[in-house]
Amino acid sequence: MNRLTTTAIATLMALGLAPAAQAEIKIGATLSATGPASFLGDPEAKTLEMLVEEVNAAGGINGEMLELVMYDDGGDPNKARTFATRLVEDDEVAAIIGGTTTGTTMSIIPVAEDAEIPFISLAGAVDIIDPVKAWVFKTPHTDRMACQKIFEDMQKRGVTKIGMISGTDGFGASMQAQCKGVVGDYGIEIVADETYDPKDADMTPQLTNIKNTAGIQAVLNPGFGQGPSIVTRNYKQLAVGLPLYQSHGVASKGFIDLAGVEAAEGVRLPAAALLVADILPDSDPQKAVVTAYRDGFEKKTGTPVSTFGGHAYDAFMILKGALEKAGGEPAAIRDAIEGTTGYVGTGGIVNMTAEDHLGLDLTAFKMLEIKNGDWTIVE
Amino acid sequence: MKLTPKTATLLVLAALVAITPFFFPSGYYYRVGALIFVNGLAVTGIVILTGYAGQVSLGHAGFAGIGGYACALAPVHLGLHPALAVVLGAVMSAALAWLVGRPILRLKGYYLGVASLGMGILISMVLNNERWLTRGPDGIDVPDLGLRGVLKDWGLNLSNGEFWYFFSGIVMILGAWAALNLHQSPTGRALRALHGSEIAARTVGVDVSRLKLQAFVISAVYASVSGSLLALQNKFITPDVAGFMHSIEMVTMAVLGGAGSVLGAIFGAGILTLLPQVLTVFAEYEQMVLGLVMMLVMIFLREGLLPSILRKLRGTGE
Repeated sequence: MNRLTTTAIATLMALGLAPAAQAEIKIGATLSATGPASFLGDPEAKTLEMLVEEVNAAGGINGEMLELVMYDDGGDPNKARTFATRLVEDDEVAAIIGGTTTGTTMSIIPVAEDAEIPFISLAGAVDIIDPVKAWVFKTPHTDRMACQKIFEDMQKRGVTKIGMISGTDGFGASMQAQCKGVVGDYGIEIVADETYDPKDADMTPQLTNIKNTAGIQAVLNPGFGQGPSIVTRNYKQLAVGLPLYQSHGVASKGFIDLAGVEAAEGVRLPAAALLVADILPDSDPQKAVVTAYRDGFEKKTGTPVSTFGGHAYDAFMILKGALEKAGGEPAAIRDAIEGTTGYVGTGGIVNMTAEDHLGLDLTAFKMLEIKNGDWTIVE
Repeated sequence: MKLTPKTATLLVLAALVAITPFFFPSGYYYRVGALIFVNGLAVTGIVILTGYAGQVSLGHAGFAGIGGYACALAPVHLGLHPALAVVLGAVMSAALAWLVGRPILRLKGYYLGVASLGMGILISMVLNNERWLTRGPDGIDVPDLGLRGVLKDWGLNLSNGEFWYFFSGIVMILGAWAALNLHQSPTGRALRALHGSEIAARTVGVDVSRLKLQAFVISAVYASVSGSLLALQNKFITPDVAGFMHSIEMVTMAVLGGAGSVLGAIFGAGILTLLPQVLTVFAEYEQMVLGLVMMLVMIFLREGLLPSILRKLRGTGE
């Protein structure tokens, strides 16, 4: 027993001491690499590891090596807050990337604000940067922007009355609320509003209600996970025959596979350029960035790239740009991040200001249509 | 004066809270300490329910959820001071525990486990789904307790981490004091009697169902206050606090450290709060290590870690 304890302690110490080699700029991350949000957090963690390796292999930032201190909060906001405290107080990092989910992000914010450490979140909700908080930034598009992009497209098609069927999970419910908030700006009216539990196996009753509502011209389904695939399949089975819009939450090949090529035909959804790297026109400014990131990620990890890893890519590159300009002082880094302009990333072109700590506009989304089981860009 | 076990326990706890900060290399350790105390408080409630009265609850996180959300909602909607919101949460938790426990605890066996499991899941669902009130799974902001500002005006300037460390520590010691007093009171003796044998206890005139109900209500208040402290400390709360895993965590902490002893249970809370922090290097194997520790304790140290260790030290072979 005694020898076992000694060995265990020795191993722990060896592991703890090993990475302490000559790092000069420390950046911290707390991500949900395991747990229910791991499909978001895992590619984010892999992306950060890959990028830090690349930067250090190329000689670091202005000659200073980067050290990444990364913790796995498992999607638990309480743990995320503890790890954020640890990053700030114990590891003394210069900046934090992370907060995979809105919940973890919101519990990290007070820590970053109190300690005056710049924090770039990878979560979706608009509340993170609205109202603007001095030390908090984020890279993913907001669900409000997705709603606006969808309604813009509906408007072009002359749609004025729609039905909505939303998931009751955090993503679906938040987007449902955001869409209702902006729908009036586009002269569109929601005449049927249904919800489903993300674990439901059949959405036929809700869709039948929508189908039977008079005057409906299109249907929108905010949600992610398997729910939207089931909605898409039921929608086809019921032969609703109206345009169906999905959210950016299902922008992955997995969605088409689950829903089936036939049922997914004609479905439209907004998505980041990363998803359609191959079919972007060469004139598109994002083409080079997204292709390079995708190829690098897929070569390194052997798994297909996702927009979530892209959010981590953007966060890291914005931070890297700020570190190059400002050095390792948190206040200077904060100012440099806020001064980011014309950064071309996987999520769009970022122009931050003191009033806008996201810096993306609607051009960051491409409107896609699924044809023959593949994406096409609608213009 | 002879040192009673009660005074000894309280002295050990007070010494731990007061002395360990001298060894903290950075402010982060105050945060970990505060979390241990918050969990320790909840687990003290479990000691009363499981260790004294022999009942198992699998839904105590639900009460923590009520306490936490009371601090988020009552100041905004009812204009209550956050400190009064803690009291309101505790009263609501006690009322709910009474309502759920009253019919259930008339029965023998594991009905409370099943009923509390359902209750916990229901509370968690309400917190997740009633978005108009709780803002749903993304969580909600909690106002500042304001006590730190008051202390500052009195010339006691503590950092946020230090404040929550000492405040949670003091509340936990108060909780332990109350639990230990209960242990020695006639009620405590009656509880332990019914733990030993319900029939024997009933035969000598103990009102078994009323006592079990009391234990359940008291432990619900402990869980509720711990949820409130967590919410106030984090200034943010999500429905995870009421989740099933949190309920299991509470029971695990108590059983690991020793559900029959307040100090043991707090020790268990300390270990299970610290382990994930120590094991970040093995983050992917964390669950496995926790499971292994739990199994070993169950097989070799059935009373829980602390009581077994103490017995070994004393060398009594009973």
